[in-house]
Amino acid sequence: MNQGDLQTRFPHRHLLGIEGLTPDVLSLILDRSESYVEQNRRADKNKSTLYGRTIVNLFFEASTRTRTSFELAGKRLGSDVINMSIDTSSVKKGETLIDTAMTLNAMHPDVLVVRHGASGAVQLLSEKVNCAVINAGDGRHEHPTQALLDALTIRRRKGRISGLLVAICGDISHSRVARSNIHLLNTMGARVRLIAPRTLIPSGIENLGVEVFNDMNEGLKDCDIVMMLRLQTERMQGGFFPSIREYFHFFGLDYEKLANAREDALIMHPGPMNRGVEIASEVADDIGRSAIREQVEMGVAVRMACLELLMDNLPGDETS
Amino acid sequence: MSKTAYINARLLDPATGLDTSGTLVTDGESIADFGEKVKAPKGAKTIDCQGKCLMPGLVDMRVQLREPGEEYKGTLESAGRAATEGGVTTMVCLPNTTPVIDDISVLEFVARRARKLGLAKVYPYGAVTKGLAGEELAEMGMLAEAGALAFTDGIHAISDARMMSRALSYAANFGLIIVQHAEEPSLAAGGCMTGGETATRLGLSGIPAAAEVIMVERDIRLVRMTGGRLHFAHVSTSDAIDTIRAAKAEGLAITCDTAPPYFALNETAIGDYRTFAKVSPPLRGEDDRQAVIEGIRDGTIDVIASDHRPQDQDSKRLPFVQAEPGIVGLETLLPLTLALHRHEGISLLDLVQRMTSAPGNLLRMKEGRLAAGLPADLLIFDPDHEWTVDAANLKSRSKNTPFDTFAMQGIAVCTIVGGRHVHSLID
Repeated sequence: MNQGDLQTRFPHRHLLGIEGLTPDVLSLILDRSESYVEQNRRADKNKSTLYGRTIVNLFFEASTRTRTSFELAGKRLGSDVINMSIDTSSVKKGETLIDTAMTLNAMHPDVLVVRHGASGAVQLLSEKVNCAVINAGDGRHEHPTQALLDALTIRRRKGRISGLLVAICGDISHSRVARSNIHLLNTMGARVRLIAPRTLIPSGIENLGVEVFNDMNEGLKDCDIVMMLRLQTERMQGGFFPSIREYFHFFGLDYEKLANAREDALIMHPGPMNRGVEIASEVADDIGRSAIREQVEMGVAVRMACLELLMDNLPGDETS
Repeated sequence: MSKTAYINARLLDPATGLDTSGTLVTDGESIADFGEKVKAPKGAKTIDCQGKCLMPGLVDMRVQLREPGEEYKGTLESAGRAATEGGVTTMVCLPNTTPVIDDISVLEFVARRARKLGLAKVYPYGAVTKGLAGEELAEMGMLAEAGALAFTDGIHAISDARMMSRALSYAANFGLIIVQHAEEPSLAAGGCMTGGETATRLGLSGIPAAAEVIMVERDIRLVRMTGGRLHFAHVSTSDAIDTIRAAKAEGLAITCDTAPPYFALNETAIGDYRTFAKVSPPLRGEDDRQAVIEGIRDGTIDVIASDHRPQDQDSKRLPFVQAEPGIVGLETLLPLTLALHRHEGISLLDLVQRMTSAPGNLLRMKEGRLAAGLPADLLIFDPDHEWTVDAANLKSRSKNTPFDTFAMQGIAVCTIVGGRHVHSLID
């Protein structure tokens, strides 16, 4: 693959994670996404570039916004989109995974969009199918399209990513969003801080090129971006902190703590938010500073770009 | 009685330090004579070893058989064939079968089935606690009378301090050893690899490496308190090895073993969620791997065992966190251990000792040494023969090995149990 190819083609079959993607490739996706932002604001939002293609949303874990976002993205590009939600409460989860992959593969989808509760599960599935696979979140590993939509939001608001000081705050341990964002922001030249109680900081994370803070006031100093994470109580076994009240007191984002960040600091959250737990309602709803709704909007554009770039690599019919 | 003379052999007997070229003569099921000057008796069948090593068959003190209960993963026969293929003539098997070996009848069933098969010998461990549940002592004395060599709760740590202290005290009545899987369960709960950068990168929940030494330190104190004998299975961390080294220097009855994955691999083998590299305890970082090698070199680690743990495809073709831990090790124990001779300069005799006389002495077995009158459990091996692992060709019923396609050096040429050639590339 030569340099010229890099700028117009996505150089991988699947999009499984941000780790390992180069700045060129990330820019390619972001640039392509940019072109869809305007289109999505028009009355006629639809294109037919992916007409005849089939996208399957395969969600082993509950999701509303990510699934809907992918569904809209696929439909706006003219492809057929099918949603499948698989109940993972059955005992033999793994059998379901491989068996479902094989079954779906036999139906010749073009792209599988997969979310699974176990880290690495999407990669495992991608090894068993012939189509392209997009990771829509695997366990606490990666959620690449979330990091991309965050990057697009930042780039549009700040004009750049390089050189910005970004704080990612909250439940780092259980967060795939944090991992994908750390990789992306570092690759694009931002400086990343993590702010959380020690019990929610996974060991060895400082080797991923981040600065770790356990005091929110200190960590937020001079930050350009304040990225809050959802406290994932459903993934927590045993007490990581004594109470929600105490957590909010020390690590919840309110105006007092936010005052440490730059005056024009942008507030982000991947959603869904726990209001009053990791973020105060008035901060979340502050139109001047919160980019939370814009993130959702960018999500559709980014997913259109990802779908299209992966489809570009698929073989077409020889007759057409 | 039929006699066989193995001539032109490099005779190795770590129990006595013997390393000489010579001849070994068997008479029926037993060793008759051996040495530099021994001649093949008249009328004896003669086998030319062509300078290859002839030594006691390997004694593997940590094997999971899966029979009874999980025959789809492995049977006494498939393990027996895997063992003899790998040069192992004696296996000591964990009690985690279904039903559990916490009762004389199960122990006798396993021993009888193995005898009938006539492959590698099988000696079972007895369970420390009934059903391996960690709550009530099993009938250790009676199990010992029936042939249990030592006691362990297998893949479970005996986590309750009072239970461990009782087990050590009670086993000491009979001079028996307790074998412990040293891992603090509350720290290991939910984890699937060693905690640290790699686990964090992969988004896998980590088990802190200290979970091992925490249990080792506690148990050493319990040994001091009770005067029991304790053996730590598959030790894998630098801290645990240092602690055991100090306890030994103090004169406590503490021993330990490790298994090839802990000196042949580190956690990078997990790569992109390769479940064949999922083991318990989990693979460690490079510093720990080096510490295991040093522990073998200086004798802190008494024994090298295969830690053979068969898992069928359905248990491994899963997301990493859901996959069962374990590696089949019987057929790669010898070559992976010999690599320490070539790459780390540990003497051949020392390495052989860790797989023969060391476990033999530890468990007070007659196996693992060369002596006239002892059973002719022998191994002829070629330390230089190069071959490549092909998982599909393993004799083990389960093929879960991370060493598939790895180049190996050293192979069992002929495995002899009670004078019979149960595996041979030369007949």
